[in-house]
Amino acid sequence: MSKGRRGTHCPATGTVAVPNHLGVVCGAAWQRNGTGKETVCARTMNLVRVFPMQQTLECRASQDIVSPFPEQYLKAFGLMVVARVLDDKMAGLYRAGKIQGGVFLGRGQEALSVSIGLALRPGDIFAPLIRDGAGRLAFGEPILDAVRTYLGSALGPMRGRDGNVHRGRPREGLLAMISHLGAMISVVNGGLMAHRFQNRKGLVGAASIGDGATSTGSFHEGLNQAAVERLPLVVVVANNQYAYSTPNHRQFACDDLADKAAGYGLAARHADGTDLEDCLRVVAEAVAEARAGAGPQMVFARLLRLCGHGEHDDAQYIDPRLKESAVGRDCIEVAEKRLLREGWADAKAIRAVRQTAAREVDEAVATVQREPAPDPYKENWCALASEHLGDLFEHPVSFPAISPISSHQSHPTPSSQP
Amino acid sequence: MSITYLEAIRAALGKALADDPRVFLYGQDIGAFGGAFKATKNLAKEFPGRVLDAPISEDAIVGAAIGAAIHGMRPVIEMQYADFSTPGFNQIVNQAATHFWRTQVPCPITIRLPSGGTSGAGPFHSQSMESLYAHYPGLIVMTPATVEDAYSMLLEAVAIDDPVIFCEHKRLYSHLKAPALPTEAMPVGKARIARAGRDLSIVAYSAMLHDALAAAEELAGEGAEIEVVDLRSIKPMDTDTIMASVARTGRLLCVGESFPWGGVTAEVVARVATEGFGLLDAPPQRLNAKDTPIPHHPNLWLVHRPTAQTVCAAARNLLRM
Repeated sequence: MSKGRRGTHCPATGTVAVPNHLGVVCGAAWQRNGTGKETVCARTMNLVRVFPMQQTLECRASQDIVSPFPEQYLKAFGLMVVARVLDDKMAGLYRAGKIQGGVFLGRGQEALSVSIGLALRPGDIFAPLIRDGAGRLAFGEPILDAVRTYLGSALGPMRGRDGNVHRGRPREGLLAMISHLGAMISVVNGGLMAHRFQNRKGLVGAASIGDGATSTGSFHEGLNQAAVERLPLVVVVANNQYAYSTPNHRQFACDDLADKAAGYGLAARHADGTDLEDCLRVVAEAVAEARAGAGPQMVFARLLRLCGHGEHDDAQYIDPRLKESAVGRDCIEVAEKRLLREGWADAKAIRAVRQTAAREVDEAVATVQREPAPDPYKENWCALASEHLGDLFEHPVSFPAISPISSHQSHPTPSSQP
Repeated sequence: MSITYLEAIRAALGKALADDPRVFLYGQDIGAFGGAFKATKNLAKEFPGRVLDAPISEDAIVGAAIGAAIHGMRPVIEMQYADFSTPGFNQIVNQAATHFWRTQVPCPITIRLPSGGTSGAGPFHSQSMESLYAHYPGLIVMTPATVEDAYSMLLEAVAIDDPVIFCEHKRLYSHLKAPALPTEAMPVGKARIARAGRDLSIVAYSAMLHDALAAAEELAGEGAEIEVVDLRSIKPMDTDTIMASVARTGRLLCVGESFPWGGVTAEVVARVATEGFGLLDAPPQRLNAKDTPIPHHPNLWLVHRPTAQTVCAAARNLLRM
């Protein structure tokens, strides 16, 4: 391996990968200047310098570099593994009673999700939904944001005011979802309208939703609005066969969900949600079309949710025949086999990817467990940005004396809605 | 030369568009058509590309306003009628109202609600929604009762970094006139003593202010000096001015056009009863519309909501207590 001024040379592919390119293989954002620590590049087993758990989204995946295909595949695989490891860790902490509220996993949806994040650039808008851990990482969300929000750290982006998947950094294009499905689509539309007013060209917005959200009025209104305004919107529908416990046949009655797109005048593409290559290609095409000004695009991907709705849900309602069918394949296992089959990585390299992911997640959890929880006595309890306009309510009693919990002393709750 | 309440709103929209490139208007039929009530008449021509017709999608209209606000714009939304804000309710109370609290990123949107009853408008074109929105943390709710306030408060609404529900009363649109647009204004959050008195305080807002003032005038002929407080904004609510008035008069009647269960009048009475119990010489009273949907026929409608006559009757009763 030779280190050039601008990047790291990968002898295996003969390409030069700039740091922000390789950094995301290990689930971390890359910063070109300053000092970082060394970690293993999944692609080549070379040591590269990355900054794990960077706290801004300033350096994202993709940028303007078009990766040679195997490299893009490997990068995506690395992010999927980090997302899965992070999910598994959160699930474990939930079962150990360390997380307040719910835990919602992206298990089975990583290939589709990561493809969205990798297709986006700085300045784009991304409205992830509850199973988009991989897409968030690819878009540049630090692992710490997830861990801090789940564990309720005062230092996290939501500072204990909101939890689990309801996190974001709207100023950096990462919207913080509300629970009401379909509602984020029009918010992305509005961001794209703002870009148009501000004459910021070449930017797109992506919204991730599921089969259940296609039944909402918000979904309909948002898509119609995007079509009327001809916005560079990409809506990616993860049809994971169940909305909570409700199967497809109780959710919609059209033959193919993608038929809905034509009704709005939108372009539609299908993707196999279990196949990383297909997801990468189809989502990238849709994003490129939107970026080129072809109007709003939709991607419909079939996959199976390989977990409950949340970790409180044992998902016993999932049809075992689906699990055994092609749609029930685990996209990470499929991708790993492909890597080995094509010779793009060996078992040792894949092991290294998993080890790196585990270490980064463990480091994040260890960091957050030492962080303070929000302090109700220091909270300003004002929902307004214009604090001077806050209404004044008399409280007959002062706050009761409580023992605030720290971020690692949470108690479990039986279930929670996202 | 005089200017109507509606013209003041149009003038404020024009000034906001002219002064701030971040401002745009979005709503149904507001472009070339100029809006159902002509509040945006000529603005699309004057500000090309910045007065946008929207599909009949209140949820998406508000959602898009939120997205644009997060990304640096100052959208002003027109709901065709306040009643039609209910399909956008989710975006308003769950997305806009919570956004700053959750993310520390402000959501400066203004939602104009043509509110209140006019004769013959019926159950779905007459509602007053201010109490619903005021219930939610994170929203500011303005209820201007005068031409001057319609102008200055709308400009303030656009400038404020939080989502503002701007309840403009349809009955005032063309009937209420002022000699000119104001050059100065009271700050948002301050109530106004619309008429000074010492025997009884009537607290009102929006169009009901004028019924309260008419009642006060009539009662003056009977020797009663009624003080009338115009709340101007119901959230924040200027409790101090209400309490000071009740301290002067010892009697409180709060009048609102919306339904009787809960709401602004109940909030005023609750605040005075809990914080100013010792100021009261008689039980605080409230007068609202009846607890039915708003009727279509004028005979029914005139009795459904408070009027100067019923305000007078309520005040006389209270003066006798």
